[in-house]
Amino acid sequence: MSNNRKKNLTSIQQQYQTFAKDREKKRPVFKNCIKAFFVGGFICTIGQAITTFYMYFFDFTEQTAGNPTVATLIFITMLLTGFGVYDHFAQFAGAGTAVPVTGFGNAVISAAIEHRTEGFVLGVGGNMFKLAGSVILFGVFSAFVIALIKTILIQWGGL
Amino acid sequence: MVFLWAFLIGGLICVIGQIMLDVFKLTPGHTLSALVVGGAVLGGFGLYEKLIDFAGAGATVPITSFGNSLVNGAMQEADQHGLIGVITGMFEITSSGISSAIIFGMIGAILFKPKG
Repeated sequence: MSNNRKKNLTSIQQQYQTFAKDREKKRPVFKNCIKAFFVGGFICTIGQAITTFYMYFFDFTEQTAGNPTVATLIFITMLLTGFGVYDHFAQFAGAGTAVPVTGFGNAVISAAIEHRTEGFVLGVGGNMFKLAGSVILFGVFSAFVIALIKTILIQWGGL
Repeated sequence: MVFLWAFLIGGLICVIGQIMLDVFKLTPGHTLSALVVGGAVLGGFGLYEKLIDFAGAGATVPITSFGNSLVNGAMQEADQHGLIGVITGMFEITSSGISSAIIFGMIGAILFKPKG
């Protein structure tokens, strides 16, 4: 809670805020980090195995093999999400499952499955990117700004 | 050997995400957005490609690579077509992640029923 917002509260509300802050459960940061490290590392190792597979059997280079790997991982995520397994992983691992691309896939797919009861056009179509939309928005916009600056520097700055 | 680096670097990026969640108390949406922007910035300086050469899937699997490949796609087209390429080439490389998410999302919605 920022100081700015605190000013608008009455003193009793402020007392409650400090009271609630004291009682707030301390998050086991270190333990969570260890979990995230091992689960995230494990997912990336699986990704590396898939990458190696594509490099040996389908003529991809180290740079381009990332694309089919991502697609394969999202396919696996679809199966795990559909059978309800992914949620258990995610609860255990926190950022370990959210940060790899499987987390992005899970956000899209779980939203799609969840809103299916509202129909395919308004439910699935309208809500698919409810959670993952921010990632796409900020990714695309920041990439746009960066690429724009870089192109201008290269073309007119002679970088 | 590349497997070990993939494990370590991938795990490390996830730990950064976990710290942003737990210590700075950001929501998952904020965390992922920040990581993507971070990947785009690293990609802009050409540092992310070195990380991919070094760690393989440890760098391509985390969501940060999404920002990197957006920048790279835009730059690739910009080299050929100038400024307008920044927009036309944006999804050139990232296509696989987004399109597979959409396609498998639709297939998932057809196949599976929501639980709970």
